Amino acid sequence: MNQRSDSAATANAGEVNVTLAAPLADLFPGAPRRTSVVAGNVDHMVDALNDKWPGMRDRICDTTPKIRKHMNIFVEGERATLETPLAPGADVYVLTAISGG
Amino acid sequence: MADKVLVLVGTKKGLFIAESDTARKDWSLRGPYCEHWPINHAIADPETGAIYAGGGSEWFGPAVWKSDDLGETWSHSSEGLAYEEGKEPVSQVWSLARRNGTLYAGVQPAGLFSSADGGNSWSHMDGLQKHPTRPDWNPGGAGLILHSLVPDPDDDGRIWVGISAAGVFGSDDGGKTWETRNKGTRADFMPEDQRYPEFGQCVHCVVKAPGMKDRLYQQNHCGMYRSDDAGKSWVSIEPGLPSAFGFPAAAHPRDPDTLFLLPLNGDSVGRYMPDAAAAVYRTRDAGETWQDLRNGLPQENAYFGVLRQAMATDSLDKAGVYFGTGGGALYASNDEGDSWVAIAEHLPAIHSVETVVVG
Repeated sequence: MNQRSDSAATANAGEVNVTLAAPLADLFPGAPRRTSVVAGNVDHMVDALNDKWPGMRDRICDTTPKIRKHMNIFVEGERATLETPLAPGADVYVLTAISGG
Repeated sequence: MADKVLVLVGTKKGLFIAESDTARKDWSLRGPYCEHWPINHAIADPETGAIYAGGGSEWFGPAVWKSDDLGETWSHSSEGLAYEEGKEPVSQVWSLARRNGTLYAGVQPAGLFSSADGGNSWSHMDGLQKHPTRPDWNPGGAGLILHSLVPDPDDDGRIWVGISAAGVFGSDDGGKTWETRNKGTRADFMPEDQRYPEFGQCVHCVVKAPGMKDRLYQQNHCGMYRSDDAGKSWVSIEPGLPSAFGFPAAAHPRDPDTLFLLPLNGDSVGRYMPDAAAAVYRTRDAGETWQDLRNGLPQENAYFGVLRQAMATDSLDKAGVYFGTGGGALYASNDEGDSWVAIAEHLPAIHSVETVVVG
């Protein structure tokens, strides 16, 4: 993420509503399916989740860094990237994609 | 508390644990653990009982799982288990080993990590990436994976790794610098005049013989080998075996001349038990001669394979021997291979088998 959009995301940060896929929440004892964090974009939202449940960023993102191939984040119904901005009050879903056998 | 034997079974859908007393006649099975993640390898620390399981989830990426209570509860971490930003990310953990309080992890794409805090956090041992052959490493069928990880239990400086399909590498300085260790091993898939390259062999499994400083054994895609000089040169020990192809090798816990192999029928003819009749092959003389061990193993319609990390011995006397199949069957011998029983069937595809004896 470039510095300018990073700064903008911090300046515009508000509380967003996050729904976590059950298989993801289950990896972190005590993590609820629904939570809220303060973040201005998806990248910061993932960091905020990681602050609450250390290690969660590694489960959602790889070190490219980008959202893992078989994970999806939807913001207001649209598939997002780490750079996608979040408006205060946004509904965000962190979902597991179809995968495996 | 009486000793018990745990067999750690890494599968495509989680870790299972088979458990018995030291007679090893009656077994129970529990699991799956690790949230059904594919587990490529699991080991245990016999002193603390800690169990470590490495793998990778298509959804959630790589991690090493840990249990301090013999599998009842688990945590997971991949903190530091990563290459630098921009590089191809670590996708899976493929091998684990421990030595004197340090835990090692081999990963895909091939690399080596260590942990000094019991798997809570990891550091990249980047010496392997600096080897001059690194740009020319090519993946095997399962990817560019570091699947054999052999720290010398008696010498903190020495460690060997097997990478598909870059070959065997050895370090004498704790992993800072590495040498190729492939002299004498074939690459039958290369043109005729290039079949003994410096690197690029398709190693399948490397194990260290106990009690002999420099003896290693290797199951390769193209042959079975012994080294008596720490991997600097290898000699073929194929005569007497039904093929030159197989995946796992398991050393005896005390006798450096005893080795167990599971040859398959060949790399291009199905990769299952020769003549569809299962046999473990045992040598008692460092590969000079071989005995096929079939008592209790299926002798017809055995169209299964056994993967590179899916055979192990235990530390008891007589040594137990165990292997797990691609079809999810787990076989055990409590008499060094003379007789066998299936102690689990219908598991997910088995990736790895290791053992620990705990009090």
